[in-house]
Amino acid sequence: MAKLQYERPLIQKLNTGTMNKFGTRTEYRPHTEIDGAKVDELIKEFGSPLFVISEKTIRDKYTDANRAFKTRYPKVQFAWSYKTNYIAAVCNVYHQLGSWSEVVSGFEYNKALKSGVPGNKIIFNGPDKTVEELKLAIENSSLIHIDHLDELYTIIELTNEIKKRPKVAIRVNMDTGIYPMWDRFGFNYENGQAWDAINKIVLTDKMDLVGLHCHIGTFMLAPSAYGVAAAKLSELALAIRKKYGKTIQYLDMGGGFASKNTLKGSFLPGTDTTPPIDDYAEAITTSILNAGFLEEELPTLYLETGRALIDEAGYLLGTVISNKRLSDGRKATIMDFGVNILFTAFWYDHKITPAQEFSHYTENSVMYGPLCMNIDVVRENVTLPPMKKGDHVVVHTVGAYNMTQWMQFISLRPAVVMVDLKGKAHLIRKRETLSNIDASEEMPGYLKGFKL
Amino acid sequence: MKIKKNIAISDSGFIFNPSTGDSFSVNPIGLEIIKQLKEEKTSDDIKKHILKLYAVDEATVEKDFYDFLKMLEANKLSAENEKAN
Repeated sequence: MAKLQYERPLIQKLNTGTMNKFGTRTEYRPHTEIDGAKVDELIKEFGSPLFVISEKTIRDKYTDANRAFKTRYPKVQFAWSYKTNYIAAVCNVYHQLGSWSEVVSGFEYNKALKSGVPGNKIIFNGPDKTVEELKLAIENSSLIHIDHLDELYTIIELTNEIKKRPKVAIRVNMDTGIYPMWDRFGFNYENGQAWDAINKIVLTDKMDLVGLHCHIGTFMLAPSAYGVAAAKLSELALAIRKKYGKTIQYLDMGGGFASKNTLKGSFLPGTDTTPPIDDYAEAITTSILNAGFLEEELPTLYLETGRALIDEAGYLLGTVISNKRLSDGRKATIMDFGVNILFTAFWYDHKITPAQEFSHYTENSVMYGPLCMNIDVVRENVTLPPMKKGDHVVVHTVGAYNMTQWMQFISLRPAVVMVDLKGKAHLIRKRETLSNIDASEEMPGYLKGFKL
Repeated sequence: MKIKKNIAISDSGFIFNPSTGDSFSVNPIGLEIIKQLKEEKTSDDIKKHILKLYAVDEATVEKDFYDFLKMLEANKLSAENEKAN
């Protein structure tokens, strides 16, 4: 007789009339494959933990966002936000789809150039641009988004030695009715700082003011805030037209659209609370179209959307190391991935699904990572079927900010694969090795060798 | 470990403790263990029984079995609790 499938014995006290702080069961079916690539085979071939990117989801999300904006506004250009995920293969999918690059450091700028993005299709944001990086950006006719007056004065100085007019925009921060107001990037709209910068740029006549940029926040759940921002930028653009006769060629609305992740402390899951991309598109385009631009002077709308385009395309596969009982009776599951590679576990209650068949019995537990650190908590509470050592799980919606903010801390960083449109997995970033770490270290001669 | 004699056990895994009014739900393997405990089988016999029925290794059964006994104790379902009370 064939033996029955084993499941850890479970006992749950039944409570009626009270809320379960762990929430209800959310997982009903195992997640056994990603776009046709089997989870267990991916782990067997590439090891665990493993990041998996779905190329199909990237293309679907981009196509959807592109449709949402282009059906509402005639001139739209997406620029891929490198900091969200700058693995070269990921960037190239976006570039193949028509995205430019949006970078915030010299490192990212050079990465975009190396990938073959033309210099004039790179938007250079961020507060930290060195003189050398600014020179390169000016030579390449990149769009330099000026963050502060020191940067503006540096560019003015550089124009004395480089005989090329830099193409610049100013970064504008403003009150869009949301809290906290992001006022650290660029020049403030309400107190006149933005006008100070504009006047300086126009009156020195050393560079071309081609655009206006804003980045009003991150994981913005209120599309109306973008409507306010677009209206204020449009007003500024029209005032520049009136005062100096100069036409602003583009308005860049930055990033910050929310993905379908669930923010910690949210009452409802992200799938229920995140606005569709159409809502953002409607708010932004309506504001610009109603601002009063002449038809032939409508600015191009630039979007630096990162998270909303990539988050759902990313998965993290992992394996159960052990189960243990905590002092208060709660069950704890230790996984082979922690906050070192899943940085977003600090922000979100990630959806986690077992990758193998399970029964309908569930258990409340804490999910820990493998680090010898108390902060290494993947989920403070999660209701999952009982899993045993060696079982696999799939963590959903991890495509944004993890493969750039991950830390080489205690353990080495895992491999990343991309599943193509035919279900074939391609290695796009190798698993780190000890020699990768050693390669950057130097040993002073007097410290070489020791006796114990 | 012995389980309290007055515990009511249904075939669907519903457990009722009449002395406290608490009710519990157990999964099939948990139910199997509780039934065996009620029949006053020894720990070794129960572990052997599980190994015979389920596709699992001895170390896993050992580990999970004793964890489950601890949970029964914590939920005041063991006869030892009865004595203490």
